[in-house]
Amino acid sequence: MVPTNYYVILSAILFGLGVFAFIFKRNIITIFMSIELMLNAVNLAFVAFSQALGKLDGQVFVLFVIVVAAAEAAVGLGIIILIARNRQTLNVERVNLLKL
Amino acid sequence: MISFFLALVSANAELFITLAKILLLLFIVLTVNAYLTWFERKVVAHIQSRWGPHRVGPHGLLQPLADGLKFLFKEDPTPAGVDKFVYYLAPLLALALALTSIALIPFGPDPIRLFGRDIYLGITPPDLNIGILALFAVTALGVYGVALAGWSSNSKYPLLGGLRSSAQMISYELALTMSVVGVLLMAGSFNLKKIIEAQAHHPEWGLFGWNVWPQILGFFCFFIAAVAETNRVPFDLPEAESELVAGFHTEYSSFKFAMFFIAEYTSMITVSCLCSILFFGGWLSPFPAWWTYAHYLPSALLISFGLWVIWDGIRYETLFGRIVLPGVGTVITALGALFVLLPDVNEFIQAPFWLLSKIFVFLFVYVWMRGTLPRFRYDQLMAFGWKLLLPLSIMNVILTSFAILAKMQWWGAK
Amino acid sequence: MTAQLAVFFVLAGLAAIGAVSLILQKHPIHSALSLIVVMIALAGLYLLLGAEFVAAVQIIVYGGAIMVLFVFVIMLLNAGIEEHTSISKMAGAPGLLLVVALAGFVAATIARSTESIQATSQTGELASTLGISNMLFKDFVYPFELTSFLILVAVLGATVLAQREKS
Repeated sequence: MVPTNYYVILSAILFGLGVFAFIFKRNIITIFMSIELMLNAVNLAFVAFSQALGKLDGQVFVLFVIVVAAAEAAVGLGIIILIARNRQTLNVERVNLLKL
Repeated sequence: MISFFLALVSANAELFITLAKILLLLFIVLTVNAYLTWFERKVVAHIQSRWGPHRVGPHGLLQPLADGLKFLFKEDPTPAGVDKFVYYLAPLLALALALTSIALIPFGPDPIRLFGRDIYLGITPPDLNIGILALFAVTALGVYGVALAGWSSNSKYPLLGGLRSSAQMISYELALTMSVVGVLLMAGSFNLKKIIEAQAHHPEWGLFGWNVWPQILGFFCFFIAAVAETNRVPFDLPEAESELVAGFHTEYSSFKFAMFFIAEYTSMITVSCLCSILFFGGWLSPFPAWWTYAHYLPSALLISFGLWVIWDGIRYETLFGRIVLPGVGTVITALGALFVLLPDVNEFIQAPFWLLSKIFVFLFVYVWMRGTLPRFRYDQLMAFGWKLLLPLSIMNVILTSFAILAKMQWWGAK
Repeated sequence: MTAQLAVFFVLAGLAAIGAVSLILQKHPIHSALSLIVVMIALAGLYLLLGAEFVAAVQIIVYGGAIMVLFVFVIMLLNAGIEEHTSISKMAGAPGLLLVVALAGFVAATIARSTESIQATSQTGELASTLGISNMLFKDFVYPFELTSFLILVAVLGATVLAQREKS
């Protein structure tokens, strides 16, 4: 039996790597993918605790997180396509019209 | 030394049995693929009033061997400017996923007892609780092989073909999974064995107890969506020869193209297996249970087929054919006779025989469609998938749910 | 080391390598492929935890639909290799040290705090689809209907966003 805290530590590591990618990458699509990585890390924690506590609530919530991630990916990628069409770039540092 | 090896093997017997099954199934699937190409060429040729391959070996039976040798010896160029990692990954991914889906299919309910262990037919035991969901997971990942192949080829036609093909696969994947929900509602489980057992509730009905009768709408949605999913005629615009050069696998040659080819035929086999298991009773016999003479049907078929092969081989034109064909025919006849003489073996092979014959019928239907139907235009294809198939499969789910609810309320059945 | 622990380390290593590869790759398509590897490794971990339905849904929805959407967008927009920016070298090394220290501190805290949770022996029936669907349609029916509404909104939004300007 694998102890639960192994899963939680892995989840924390993945979440941290997702935050790192979110801050340091410049391509919009890669930033969006790091958001998905963070959501996946959280899913892992949910399922690990669902198994530890013997209840199914965690897994049901994972289904909701997946659905929300799907909806967010659809709308977010639509916005990304618009940005790419209007600004002709995928570099977040170039999308700076509102910058002082 | 030998005893150490034997002790090691018997301690990890499950692992070694699974490895042996994997190797055996791999060999069988690849051989079936090769002869499926022969079968397709022959049947399409006869539909078009010509002979197919008939020179290489008797009745062209060694043609797949010649094709395989050709693939091995062909030049394998890598186009300039391709993304090397993705270019090499795409056919690998397609083939691996297609072969994995075969591993999830149970070919028979009863295990063979060998050396005191139960060996099930099929790599995963038939009691996989998420059987069909795992199959859909593998199918869902199959889109990547096509999309990545098209993109990594660094060329216009493959990119267009790849994008079109993967968009088509995603659209029809929805209709595919929704059309199966009716069957799952009736069976109450994702487990493939339980789905087949749910069709065996009235064994005296024979083939009228199968899922295709109550789920006829689901079956048509599933079959059409599956043909679209495997990129076969009439949905093969993305890889049609006259339209897009060769679609997403234009820039692949020799062994990498062979990998795509094998992946496509293997997914055809998987779809045929799924059709038979989900809608046509899997390994159940079409004859009613009280007609026990039906148990002799496999042996009768084998014996008659073997005798026909012998008769045809004796009068064949080449000497090689006159030797090989009667030999093969004798083996088949002997096999049939063996099944008659050993009743235990006869009982055992009933289930796999019926499943394999149903798979063969579906493969024939696939090839038949290739020979007769014209192909869809791309916008017709997408409109058909989204505007017709998906609403139909959702309607099937709603109708099935109402029917099951009515059955529960008024007939009190569960 | 039991077989389960070995499988866990293999899958966890695969997930971690995939996540690191997401950061280190220059081309977005390679990052997308690394993320797919992470998702498949996580599906394997869910199977190890006995959550079969969630594992299958993860592969079908996340790996087979959401990531395909990402890959399509990368192909359609012809995303290229990222440009090189200048990360301040001075902040690089101490920053990395601080990150490792923070991560180590968090991991140690987690390891010490969740020791008391004993994993109950998980039977297959508990995590079955029947149990999940019972809970989904009885206790969680209101969030379920809300997510269907959310998906409708997302579909409408994506359709509006993807329209071309009427010229």
